[in-house]
This record gives sequence, structure tokens and C-alpha cells, in this order.
Amino acid sequence: MKISYKIDSKIPVGSLNEKWHNYKSTLEVISPQNRKHLDIIIVGSGLAGASASSSLAELGYRVKVFCYQDSPRRAHSVAAQGGINAAKNYKGDNDSIDRLFYDTIKGGDYRSREANVYRLAEISSSIIDQCVAQGVPFARDYAGYLENRSFGGTKVSRTFYAKGQTGQQLLLASYSAMVRQIGKGRIIMYNRHEMMDLVVIDGVARGIITRNLVSGKLERHAAHTVIIASGGYSNVFFLSTNAMGSNASAIWRVHKKGAGFANPCYTQIHPTCIPIHGNFQSKLTLMSESLRNDGRIWVPKNIEDAINIRNGKQYTQNIPEKNRDYFLERKYPSFGNLVPRDIASRSAKERCDAGFGIENNDTMEGVFLDFYHSINFYGLEKSKELGITNPSEKQIKYYGKKILESKYGNLFHMYERITGDNPYDIPMKIYPAAHYTMGGLWVDYNLMSTIPGCYVIGEANFSDHGANRLGASALMQGLADGYFIIPYTISDYLSQFLNKNNTISTDHEEFKKSEKQVYNNILKILSKKGNISVDYIHKNLGHIMWKYVGMSRNKKGLYKAITKIKELKNIFWNNIFVPGNIQDGMNYELEKAIRIADFLELSELMAMDAVNRNESCGSHFREEYQTKDGESMRNDENYKYVSIWEYQQNKSIKEEIMHKENLIFNFVKLKTRSYV
Amino acid sequence: MKAKKSLNFTLKVWRQKNNKSNGYFKTYKIYDISPDSSFLEMLDILNNNILLEKKEFPIAFDHDCREGICGMCSLYINGRAHGPENLATTCQLHMRNFCNDEIIYVEPWRAKSFPIIQDLIVDRSSLDRIMMSGGFISVGTFGHTIDGNLIPIAKSDADKAFDSASCIGCGACIATCKNKSAMLFVAAKISHLALLPQGKIERKKRVLDMVQKMDEEGFGSCTNTMACEIDCPKGISTENISFLNKEYITSFIR
Ligand SMILES: Cc1cc2nc3c(=O)[nH]c(=O)nc-3n(C[C@H](O)[C@H](O)[C@H](O)COP(=O)(O)OP(=O)(O)OC[C@H]3O[C@@H](n4cnc5c(N)ncnc54)[C@H](O)[C@@H]3O)c2cc1C
Ligand code: SF4
Ligand code: FES
Repeated sequence: MKISYKIDSKIPVGSLNEKWHNYKSTLEVISPQNRKHLDIIIVGSGLAGASASSSLAELGYRVKVFCYQDSPRRAHSVAAQGGINAAKNYKGDNDSIDRLFYDTIKGGDYRSREANVYRLAEISSSIIDQCVAQGVPFARDYAGYLENRSFGGTKVSRTFYAKGQTGQQLLLASYSAMVRQIGKGRIIMYNRHEMMDLVVIDGVARGIITRNLVSGKLERHAAHTVIIASGGYSNVFFLSTNAMGSNASAIWRVHKKGAGFANPCYTQIHPTCIPIHGNFQSKLTLMSESLRNDGRIWVPKNIEDAINIRNGKQYTQNIPEKNRDYFLERKYPSFGNLVPRDIASRSAKERCDAGFGIENNDTMEGVFLDFYHSINFYGLEKSKELGITNPSEKQIKYYGKKILESKYGNLFHMYERITGDNPYDIPMKIYPAAHYTMGGLWVDYNLMSTIPGCYVIGEANFSDHGANRLGASALMQGLADGYFIIPYTISDYLSQFLNKNNTISTDHEEFKKSEKQVYNNILKILSKKGNISVDYIHKNLGHIMWKYVGMSRNKKGLYKAITKIKELKNIFWNNIFVPGNIQDGMNYELEKAIRIADFLELSELMAMDAVNRNESCGSHFREEYQTKDGESMRNDENYKYVSIWEYQQNKSIKEEIMHKENLIFNFVKLKTRSYV
Repeated sequence: MKAKKSLNFTLKVWRQKNNKSNGYFKTYKIYDISPDSSFLEMLDILNNNILLEKKEFPIAFDHDCREGICGMCSLYINGRAHGPENLATTCQLHMRNFCNDEIIYVEPWRAKSFPIIQDLIVDRSSLDRIMMSGGFISVGTFGHTIDGNLIPIAKSDADKAFDSASCIGCGACIATCKNKSAMLFVAAKISHLALLPQGKIERKKRVLDMVQKMDEEGFGSCTNTMACEIDCPKGISTENISFLNKEYITSFIR
């Protein structure tokens, strides 16, 4: 078997703080009058896609953007709640680029690339300035300066936020930059279009096939380069914090066309989601991690109390302080409730597995997130500020609640909408859920995949976060990629097309071939007319993934998952029912079916990758590799690499070949990750 | 603890194949729904029945985040945009808000500027076009901006701007308005940007352009019936509209 690519991460030489700076001066630039002859396709209009498209259009390139929603403003970045990091040291707590760099490398359990992470930390503060200039109403203090809060895995306050709607505000800003360019005609926006395939001509990405979701028609689009910004794939777990339409199709098709898929097994499980309530639930809702700044996580110390709470025989409020187990504060005194997500999630699972879960659902899983203490604390502080010497309990509560409301009002509101409980008065119930995928298409320092001319940005790529992502870093990465990195690196690549007859017709054989393949695939799905619904397959896949490839894994379970996924794949391809014909217009069932077909393949690769990695690191917890205290045991000697999977044309997933990018740490010392 | 009993409903759902064909209400019965289910989860269950038992096209409706923030869901339920609950989108509406055996009417947004695509799905791209006409600050995106703290912004202004900026662009305000006016949506954007120092420079041009575009797109005019405020899931206040009017008038004064 011919190995088709060699992994070259193209990390520039020099010391960390000079790399990006010096490297930029070596990149080719294209003069303004030439840019309008170059076409760029961008798949996705989230933070990554929107920021890239507005910047590139502004530079003068001709840009086409695609998203499956009815408006670019609805990309799932809009749902991010907590905030965005930047090393600005506005709070004087000794934050710096180096510290953000170090926290991110450590948080990712030393499974990310030094050079990339450093660049991210360097760029971080310009992102905030940029967003302020675009009108993002970040939280401010009374003197008019920007406010901060802190997130898991750090000891400084570096997270900028706009209440619990940071993602929405950032996305609206990049969307507004985008609509400005759409208005000028420099961006052509294709709403309700789904990318179906990447077209590769002479080994280089030159276009895509899309399905117009309204008319159902397949369309061809050619360009000089293609940027994929299609977000994450944790919807493979069915119940996740992702939007219902979030999918892996775009990156999966690119993978099948030759792009390496990196670290597929790293899925972040977010510790603070609303627990599952029933069998028909369609998705899980996140409660921002920022709540851990003010909320304390606990379960009862005595198992009888837990049982009584679950059965509704005991009120939470009646459990005295001494009978509560604030397990994170107990186990990790120096970070407490602000330990990183993987650690918080596993600790909650451990308590629930031991029978202390407090939620009355099928799995009896849930822990409390309690705001009682901070309401008291803030209430007292405020009363003092107002000169009330002997505040009544009512006054304390009143002022305390007001302060919490100003910080997290919309999150509390969202919680109450869903559960019917008022979290100001009774503790929230939370439990971990599948959230963010650190894995994705492999990219080099230029953010280019192993297919020349195909770039991948935002959550869709694998870069920067390692085996675990610290909170408030994804928004930062998406915007860094889009606003400040891709405009430079892409011009270097595009410069080769100048002075050449460089356009490609969509009548090219490869376009026809690609389209035919997509067409046949759709036809095959529609022709089954069996008696199983797409949702049934998706839910079952989700169960398998959560059980065996979720928060903790073991070898036996992973092999079991692979077998079960194959069975499910069989059911899908023999027994699926999707109504309608190929010439019908809008068809939601078909959209879902196409996405599930891809999830069924990706999920197998996720399990394979997890089997391969005989260690525990970050979100990847292999039960066989743990210390006697149940902490993860990393194996740097053998696994300090990025796993990169290469698809073998027309062969099954199990025949994919793994390549390695060895991670070299010149600037940080690898230590056991401890948050005690 | 809440008692969990299951509920039954009769649904009258608007079905329409596409923009060319005529629509009609179709009746469906559904049983055993948990009060904790969201409205959309209830429709999922109904759709599964339609799909597997009747082998028909399920009811098409728009949705994505299912947590009240993307603005994609859009149902007109029992005569109200996003249903009977205040300050909630359809995906945040739960069946505990309905009575057992209730008859529930489900319709798409209805407005000339929102043509129907299929069943309960409408085309809201007119809102994007209004945004294109001026819903932005014309700053480059290359990071050569000044430090974010160099222009302090009064907390009250930042908070007010935030409140206006929290519009999710769902279009409920328009669907519920008897004139089909887009005033609340546009006003929210105008206030958000005009309240911030960065947005003040272009404020006159912005308000003129956006109002003109809104008219061109065929939205009606505002006659202060305030229905928009009642059905807005994000509590965008009609004070924004007064603000817009002021901005509009002063934009003529040099
Ligand atoms: C509930 C929630 C809360 C979060 N909170 C935070 C937070 O507080 N801080 C933080 O830093 N991060 C947070 N994150 C993570 C962060 O929001 C995401 O990682 C990030 O926004 C992803 O941005 P993106 O641009 O890569 O993708 P997305 O915003 O997901 O955009 C994907 C785009 O691709 C399009 N698309 C997808 N597939 C296709 C296809 N096949 N064809 C055409 N178009 C396609 C979609 O239409 C969409 O426009 C949160 C995530 C979630 C889910
Ligand atoms: S103003 Fe309210 S109702 Fe109107 S689009 Fe915005 S969020 Fe929706
Ligand atoms: S589905 Fe996103 S707001 Fe309802």
C-alpha cells in the first residue's frame, strides 16, 4: 500500500516568541488588484468561518460561504455561553502570554503543538480589541473598563464575557462584518446549502459539491482554495450540547478524499449540563462553566440522603452542611470547583457510579451546583457597601440574588425554563455531557490539511487544544484562525495561481465524478424504504458511543463498540426508511440520514483511535491506565504524538493507516498534570 | 418532586408542500407525552409516528440549537409566536404548559416578507438583507484597532447595548405584529450600535439605510400596538423603538 502523505507540520524555526512574527515576513503576499481574481470557498459561518470570510473578502478576494442554516447568524458558535480568553493582565493577577500558553499546554495534557499554542496566546489580546471595535458589548465595570472572570484550569481571571451570551455577541460581530461584505458583493452567501463532497483535481482542492437544501439540487462550486470551518462532531453521541444539525459530514468527506484525521478519540465531556430527563430527549443543555466561579458542587455524604433526594423524600435544603460532600474542593483544594473539565466530569461520574447521584432519572446521575453560599457572600458584601449594618436575611438574599442575576441571569432563566426549578432558591442539578471535539482534520502550522489547498479552521481542525480543552479557548481559537492567521497563510498558497491560466471549470471530470458519487449515495439511502427511522439509528449510535467511547473507556468496551457500530451500520444500510424521491425539494429526513451515514463511519474511527492510545490523557481516560487514586496515567514515552489516520480508498474503516506527528516540547517541561 | 403523568393532545398542524401549493390544517392525535418534553420533542415523537406508521413526510419545522439562542425555531402556537409562555422560544416551551387533551394549533410565521418554504418553515432572509444595509460598524478586521480599554464605556451603556444586542433574529416580533412590521428587530440593532462609542460615528447613515431597506423588503409600518414586545423571547423592549424614532428624526438634523 502506497502511503500517500508525509506529515510535515511546517513549524517555523526560532524561539517561541519570534516564530510567528518572523514567519510572516517569509510568506508571499498578493497585491490588491490581483486578489479579485482569486476565489475562495468557505464551508461554515460560525466564528471561524465568519471571521475568515469577512477578513478575506475585505482583503479583496472573491469569497463564497456556505452554511446549512437559514442565516449565517445561526451557526452554533452563537450558543457559547461563558466567555473568551485573552492574556491582557487587566486584573493585575500576573497573567501573561507565557502563562496562557503554559495553562493551555498543561490543560491539554501535553498533547498539543507548542508553536501553535504560543501563537494563539500571542494573538489573544488583539481578538478582544478587534471585537470591542466591532461593537461587542462585553461586560464592563463601573469605571467603564472591561470585566473578567475565571474558568477551569487557571488561577487568573482572563475570561472576557457578555453575560452568558458571549458566543452570540462575538458571532453577531463577525456576522455583521460578513454582511457588510455580502452587501458589497464580495461575499456570496449560500444559506441552506450543505457541503457533500470536496473536489480534488491533480491532488489539489479545487471545489465542492453542495446540496441545496430547499430545492434538493446538487450544485458544483469551483475555487482556488477551500476552507472548511464546519464545527465539531460531538453529535455523534446523539445527546450532546451541540445543535441538532451539527455534523461531521464536511470533514468526513474531506477525510475520505485524502485529509488526515487527527486524534478522533478526544471528545470533551462538559461537567455542567442539565441531566437527562427522559427517553425522548433530543439534546442536552449546557450550563456555562463560568457558574463554577460562584457555584459549589456537591453530593450528599450519606448514601441514604442521596436515595431520599432521588425519591423526593428529602429536601436538599434540609441536608446540613456537615453531611455534604464538596468533592472537588475535597480532592483538589488549590483549584476546587475550577479544576479542568475532564477532571470535574470524571469526579462527578465517580460519585454517581458510587451511588451518590441525586437526579431522579433512569441512570440516577446528577450532582448539585449550589449558589447558596455566593448569594450570602455577595448579599453581605453589598449590604456593607450600602451601609446596612445589620442586614436581615431577606436583604442579604435580595442583594445576593441581584448580583448573581447580573452575572448569569440568562443562564438561570434558561435552567428554569427547562427544569421548572428556580436555581436562586434550590441548587441546580448538573451532569457531564458530550460537548466539544478536540479531534478533527489534521492541519500544519498554516492550517492546511494534508490535501494541498484545503484549509481547516475552528473546531473542525485538531489544533491547539491537545487532549482536553480549557474553557473559553475555543472561541479564542476560532477567531484567531479566521481573523489573524488564515489571511496570511492563505495568501502564501494562493500566490502560485497568479500569472497562470488558473480557473477551473465545473465541467471538469472530477466535478462530474464527485457529483455522481454523491448522487448515488443519496439514491441508495432513498431506495431502501425499510422500517427504521434515522433517529432510531442515531439514538442507538449515541448509546453505544456514550457507554463505550465516552467519559471512560477500556479495551474490551472499545472492541465491543466497534462490533456494535458495524451491526448498526448494517441495519442502517438495509433497513432505513427515508421518504421522498431525489427530485423532491426540501427533505429533513434525508438531510439527517446523510449525516448519520457519515457518523456511523467516523464513530468506528473514534473507537479505533481510543484502542490505539494505551494511556490516559485529558479527555481520553482508559480505565487500564490510572493511578491508585483514579487519576489518569499518561505515557509520554510512547504516546507523545498526534495520531493521524489515513483513509484507504474504497476500503473499510478498520484498514485506515495511522501516521504520527511526534510532539516536540522545547520550551515546556512535561509534568504530571496535577490540580491538587 | 414533580408528579410525572403523561399527557395527550390533538394537534392541528399547517401542512403545505411548497410555496406554490395551498396549505391546510391537518389533525393529528398524540398520546403519552411527558410534561417535561419540549414542544419540539413532542413534534419529534409525532414525526416518528407519521414517518413509520403512515410512511409520509414528517412535518417540516426549523430548529437547531434547541436552547433558545440560535433563533432558528419559529412556530406560531395557539395564536402566539413561540407559544403561550413569555420570554421563551419554541424550543424552550415545555408541554407542562399545556393541559391534557388540549387542542393545539401549530402554524408557520405569517408575513409577506417571510415566504413559506414548506409546512412550518419560512424564508427569513429579508432580515439578513436589512442587516446588510447597515447593521454593522465599518471597521477592518485585521486587528489594528486600539486597546479595548482605551475607550471606557459606562457600565449602564454597555448593559443597555447588551440588552438590545440580545435579539436572536427569530422574527417573532414580525409574525405577531398585525402590520408585519420589523421595527423591533431593526430598533434593537440600531440601539445596540448607537449606544456604543464605536457605533456612534455611522449612526445617522445606519438608521436611514436600515429603515429604507426595511420598507423595501415589504415590512409594514409600526403603529405601536406593542404585540412584538409581548411575544419577543428575549424581552427586547419597545423602548428600542422610541430610540430608533429619535435616531431617525435627528438623522435629518445636521
Ligand atoms: C453550548 C456550547 C457552549 C460553548 N461555550 C463556549 C464558551 O463559553 N467559550 C468557548 O471558548 N467555547 C465555547 N464553546 C465551544 C465553541 O462555541 C465552539 O467550539 C466554536 O464556536 C466552534 O466554532 P466554529 O466556527 O468552528 O463552528 P460552528 O460555530 O459550529 O459553525 C459551523 C458552521 O459550519 C456550517 N456547517 C457545518 N456542516 C456543514 C456542511 N456539511 N455544509 C455546509 N455547512 C456546514 C454550519 O452551518 C455553521 O455555519 C461552546 C460550545 C457549545 C456547544
Ligand atoms: S426583537 Fe425579539 S422577536 Fe424580534 S427578532 Fe429579535 S428576538 Fe426575535
Ligand atoms: S432552536 Fe435555536 S432558538 Fe430554538
